[in-house]
Amino acid sequence: MRIIIAGFGGQGVVLTGNLIARAALKENKNVTGMVAYGAEMRGGTAFAAVIVSDDEIACPFVEIPDAAIVLNQPSLDKFEPDVAAGGLLLVNTSLVKRGPKREDIDRIFVPATEIAQNLGQMKVANLAALGAFVRHTALVKEESVRQAVKDLFSEKNPALTAVNLAAFEAGLEESRFRKAACSASKKP
Amino acid sequence: MEFRRPKTLKNVLTHYCPGCGHGIVHRLVAEVIDELGIRERTIGTAPVGCAVFLYDYMNCDIIECAHGRPPAVATGIKRVLPDRIVFTYQGDGDLAAIGMAETIHAANRGENITVIFVNNAIYGMTGGQMAPTTLMGQWSTTSPAGRGQLGEGGPIKVCEMLSALDGPCYLERVAVSTPKDVLRTQKAIRKAFEKQIDGKGFSLVEVLSMCPTDWKLSPKEAVEFVNEKMKAVFPLGVFKDR
Amino acid sequence: MSEKILLKGNELLVEAAIEADCRFYAGYPITPQNEVPERMSWRMPQVGGVFIQAESEIAAINMLFGASAAGARCMTSSSSPGISLKQEGISYIAAAELPCVIVNMQRGGPGLGNIRASQGDYFQSVKGGGHGDYRLIVLTPATLQELYDLTLNAFDYADFYRNPVMILGDGILGQMAEPAEAHPYRPLFNLPPKDYILDGCRGRAPRVIRTLFLRPSDSLVQHNLRLQKKYARMQREISLYEEFETADAEVVVTAYGIPGRVAKGAVKRARREGLKAGLIRPLCVWPFPIEPYKRAVKKAKSFLVVEMSQGQFIEDVKLALECRRPVAFLGKGGGWYPSEEEILEQIRHLAAACLKGLKTQRKA
Repeated sequence: MRIIIAGFGGQGVVLTGNLIARAALKENKNVTGMVAYGAEMRGGTAFAAVIVSDDEIACPFVEIPDAAIVLNQPSLDKFEPDVAAGGLLLVNTSLVKRGPKREDIDRIFVPATEIAQNLGQMKVANLAALGAFVRHTALVKEESVRQAVKDLFSEKNPALTAVNLAAFEAGLEESRFRKAACSASKKP
Repeated sequence: MEFRRPKTLKNVLTHYCPGCGHGIVHRLVAEVIDELGIRERTIGTAPVGCAVFLYDYMNCDIIECAHGRPPAVATGIKRVLPDRIVFTYQGDGDLAAIGMAETIHAANRGENITVIFVNNAIYGMTGGQMAPTTLMGQWSTTSPAGRGQLGEGGPIKVCEMLSALDGPCYLERVAVSTPKDVLRTQKAIRKAFEKQIDGKGFSLVEVLSMCPTDWKLSPKEAVEFVNEKMKAVFPLGVFKDR
Repeated sequence: MSEKILLKGNELLVEAAIEADCRFYAGYPITPQNEVPERMSWRMPQVGGVFIQAESEIAAINMLFGASAAGARCMTSSSSPGISLKQEGISYIAAAELPCVIVNMQRGGPGLGNIRASQGDYFQSVKGGGHGDYRLIVLTPATLQELYDLTLNAFDYADFYRNPVMILGDGILGQMAEPAEAHPYRPLFNLPPKDYILDGCRGRAPRVIRTLFLRPSDSLVQHNLRLQKKYARMQREISLYEEFETADAEVVVTAYGIPGRVAKGAVKRARREGLKAGLIRPLCVWPFPIEPYKRAVKKAKSFLVVEMSQGQFIEDVKLALECRRPVAFLGKGGGWYPSEEEILEQIRHLAAACLKGLKTQRKA
């Protein structure tokens, strides 16, 4: 699965990609990740691309994502058209006024920023989004993500581990899923 | 007092022209290395220019560098072998034109190396072209009407310029145009090496020197040129000592 | 088996270099390889090595010249415009026969170009770059595992042949993250003692490292002949490549670096469609691996070169094939990336042409 994660700089798109990659690595899956770098970061949108596969990964860059996790409006506008037919779009409803237009893809709606605000830590919206993503895709096991969060934060900051995990758990629960309207065949 | 060849100087004839200052400066560097007993732990760098054959004359390890790069090469050696003594021997084109960036940044880092800078206000090996230190009005093969007619700017004063930096520990300008100057130069070179041995940082000795061949002067006139013209533009003295 | 670590290519490169006992790094910032000097700046002090942010790429490569002369395993890295600046120093280091490792995470050119990945520096890397008749060993990893492994080997090749080695990557390889096994360094060769280094002449005659040969008048000719003998030996001894499904392949795709792995994906898909496609993927482009091409030519009807440049790598492929088969080309410079679909489309096209040719033959 080829995934794009996009949002404002500071929303933790790189961390989200990193967690997916680490969770996949724990399950002995093949994975590659890439972050937009240098002057390519533009329009208030930072993004990371992650590929998870049971096979050897040939092409490490993502032009047509199977899934996009968008954390703000500019990211939705930018990446919604790119998603493969029959693919998946996860939207952070807290920061998106105009919802997705496409109906030929599965859609996940999660109030990620509200969840984070309720936990008192704006920075963890990405983990709420990740929770919703993992819930509906089962790309990696929930437990692998929990373990990856612990690996990354535990030594440095136990409090941060807890709030990130709380956001992840909330995201697992608080999301809506809309199936694609037409049964478009998935891209190979 | 016994006059004999320093151990650091090989027993060979040099290729330098009659009246050239390089032979004197080579000898002074060799004498200092002998006196300090550091020959067997010294690594020199040869420049591009008349002194490129430094390794034919100096009896210690030498690496020959690309034009202007000796301070960078010396940095590499010294950082790998901090307990060795590393010096560069450079002319004005090497140090103050093509290698100016390397010079300034090695100085600014306070690299613990010693730079022997021979300033003869001309490109010697290539046959008398204008140098960054050529005097205003001075004839050269690329300033035939005298420097200053074609927007060349004036001579670069290396010691004055480097003294604006915090990195260098010792900067002195000397000459080899009179016996008194030669003695002063030897003291300066010795001090520069001592600074390195003490781990004080970047030391540089600028030596005003003669190039009768490319100046189109006799050896005697060349000495007068240094004493009368060059010293007026490049005042001798200590610019930094800490 | 050691544990897999997840790092960006640029970061993994640093870990591999340090694992291979590299203890001197000098470099200058340029995108897309900034993670190399950044990580080196704190990793080198941890292992007692030297990190210097040089004032320019010219200074950095000359610092390596000194560090290598003093006996250290040393590395510099940059991206295309910065590598152009290093060419002077590379020529001197090659001439002086000193070992060092130079990494080029290529970006789009010519000029300032852009910061997307590219392979436009192929000629510069394998045909010279700097002045004079010299060669570099040019390693071309396509995965981060290969980047790790080839970096370990690069220092051995450099020491064994006393020659600069280039790791020719690109912006994607430097920026992408991928798990890799960071296994411990084991030397490839029984390495000769460094009896040429300058560390002070205690107990021995003074040594000189130089690249100027004026006397006698044929000394530079002799020096060049000696170098050529070494390069010929490298050509005999080094041949690194991956061959994939080439045994019965009628269409052989060939690419190095990132396009090589994309091409592998396309070849797998072609096979699933029943097309007889194969792949030759050099892991070292100088010396160029000629044998797999010689073998493939027996079965293959046509070849397809994929490169992220305007037709540089293709010249060496044609030389290896001695022009015995047609070679199709898919490539652009300036930051264009090939997709599996595009490569697959070309394979289908070439396979169809093979079939047509076969039918015509039968009729005749």
